[in-house]
Amino acid sequence: MISIQTEDFDPAEEYSRLKEAAVDAGAIVIFTGLVREDHDHRDAGGSPVRSLHLEHYAGMTEKSLQSIVDEANTRWRLLATRVIHRVGELKPSDQIVLVGSASAHRQDAFESAQFIMDFLKSKAPFWKKQTTEQGSDWVESRDSDAEAIERWQKSV
Amino acid sequence: MVIISARTKHKHKQAGYSFTMLTIHYFASIREALDTDSEQLALPESVSSINDLIVYLGTNNPAFQSLSAADNKILVAVNQTVVDKSYRLSENDEVAFFPPMTGG
Repeated sequence: MISIQTEDFDPAEEYSRLKEAAVDAGAIVIFTGLVREDHDHRDAGGSPVRSLHLEHYAGMTEKSLQSIVDEANTRWRLLATRVIHRVGELKPSDQIVLVGSASAHRQDAFESAQFIMDFLKSKAPFWKKQTTEQGSDWVESRDSDAEAIERWQKSV
Repeated sequence: MVIISARTKHKHKQAGYSFTMLTIHYFASIREALDTDSEQLALPESVSSINDLIVYLGTNNPAFQSLSAADNKILVAVNQTVVDKSYRLSENDEVAFFPPMTGG
């Protein structure tokens, strides 16, 4: 199941739901991503993040997340998956994203959760705008995010 | 630029010209630079690909012109799927321009 929402989520609740949905699962991985205050690396002269605004392309977001989850299902034997991504205004330490993956064995659950996260970061239409004491600016995509995807392409 | 607000499923014939109706969405930094989030356009038939559309929008809008000249990382989606700029446009396509995505 995929949800795009402004509201916060409860990882414990999502874990219980996955456990219930994935009959005879031997492994459940839940990943949560949080907003970092130190996004700009203060030791390199950046300012602490006060807030983060998440914009998305309604419709395409759900469609692209679904195709990422579908691809994960073709690569690993998964019993259930869960993706939640928040949009709107967030503060440092807020939960921003959850990816859950249930499988018979841990390797499938670990790898598929990482795969979904790696693709979500640069293939799903979300954009972050951060506000610091110096003003607001759009977060630039990172080369390391593109490289994370390359890795999955090479390994198949 | 001819802007027609009504949605239509048919080609418009007007004074012998044929137009293709498109909806265009702009997101994030591009939306802010253009100060618009979406528009509906009736394109002349000479505009048949995304590349043509970029030239056409730039000719009619200096803000778009400077954006597309300065940033070759702009992504384009048609009907909510990222496409190459050689993509051939069809009637009622939903086009979107946006910067590289930064989710997660």
